[in-house]
Amino acid sequence: MEHEKERKTSEAAFTDEIRSQLGGETVALCYQCGTCASSCPVARVTERYNPRDVIRLSLLGQKQEVLSSDAIWLCSSCYNCQERCPQKVEIADVIYALRNIAIKEGHIPNIYSEFAAGLMNEGRIVPISKFVEKKRPEYGLPPLRPAGLDALKKILTATGFDKIQWKKEGAQ
Amino acid sequence: MTSYALFLGCTIPARQPQYEVSARKALTRLGIGLVDLDNMTCCAPPPLQSIDTETSLAIAAHNICLAEEADLDIVTLCTGCFESLAMANNLLKENSKLKARVNKILSNAGKEFKGTKEVKHYLKVLMDDVGLERLKKNVVKDLSSLKVASFSGCHLLRPSALLKFDDPERPHIFDDLIEALGAKSIWYRNKLKCCGGLLRGYADDVALAIARDKIVNTTKAGADCIVTLCPFCFLTLDLGQMLIKSTYKEEYNIPVIHYAELLSLALGIDPKELALDFHKIRLDKVLNKIA
Repeated sequence: MEHEKERKTSEAAFTDEIRSQLGGETVALCYQCGTCASSCPVARVTERYNPRDVIRLSLLGQKQEVLSSDAIWLCSSCYNCQERCPQKVEIADVIYALRNIAIKEGHIPNIYSEFAAGLMNEGRIVPISKFVEKKRPEYGLPPLRPAGLDALKKILTATGFDKIQWKKEGAQ
Repeated sequence: MTSYALFLGCTIPARQPQYEVSARKALTRLGIGLVDLDNMTCCAPPPLQSIDTETSLAIAAHNICLAEEADLDIVTLCTGCFESLAMANNLLKENSKLKARVNKILSNAGKEFKGTKEVKHYLKVLMDDVGLERLKKNVVKDLSSLKVASFSGCHLLRPSALLKFDDPERPHIFDDLIEALGAKSIWYRNKLKCCGGLLRGYADDVALAIARDKIVNTTKAGADCIVTLCPFCFLTLDLGQMLIKSTYKEEYNIPVIHYAELLSLALGIDPKELALDFHKIRLDKVLNKIA
């Protein structure tokens, strides 16, 4: 009985945590029909990702398993599943919510540290190559306007984005 | 003349000047004014939404604030930028609580999101401000022997509840705009499925397997080229064919061309002015079919 109660509590706690994140609000509506998995372009080519499994494990309160998994980083954000879900679970947005929680808990794949560095240093996640920038006049393109780094830095400070513990070695 | 704040984003100025050149030339020729604003930043696309959705909304909203201050609607070229900005714009217009939350963040940067402007993809601008009939009248080249596989990319259409661009399962606007140029837009298997581009950098093997599907399906359908809107789809399918060659030992050589480039060619703009050497797969097969 005690064990059962504990299990229920951890399930409810993780579900609540996801629901309180932007994008995670609809997670508990899932009834596991699998429309998402059958619409998923990633699940077609690899067994490493299945959206239905991610949602099921989340609702079962398997917090550490979900947050430390490779799977949550394999959604290609195509939104096919979200368009088709008969329960109106915003699946792609739930995946974002899970990624947001994972990042806060220190599970940061390397490439995401690079995206963050690009944003914080240049205001763009894809750095502008000097080679291409120099060629702009040759193509008749106007000079590139400066990115609003000052405002951006204030936004990143206000949300705590700049306090995230970016690291060289990502946890995957 | 209708004018818009041109939102360039990162990938186009960083890697695909041919997209920017063709879009500027074609839109200007069709009477659309493009204004470059200072201080735009990254649009806050899926990679940043993955890190922190709230920060991403604030960054997107900040870009929209700059357009609001200039009293201009935004036009985007990249579908990724379109998705990030249009999603934020519509979400904040619809949800006053969220708007207050984001405005609290923006107040640190001296900005307030008001929700007075639209974010449009340039296809929508072509539909609204030029129209199919006027577009047809401006075409001076014959594209009638060209069979194209259109690929809009996911984020022109989905999530449809916020983007409101076209029917997410049976879209037609992009194909209508291709056919208005005289080319034939053909059907191919899994046309609306993702290119896998956003997995590049995290799971290159998975991304490439998905991209390969797209290349195989368009080739099997007999397309002369793939027409794209998103610089990420372009990269995934154009450069991707080099990677498919080295990984799968398969060679397709199907040209990938942005709609803005095809439009420029149809309007009679000299290919020499279009920086076409930024394509990995040569465009000869396409250029030879345009008379």
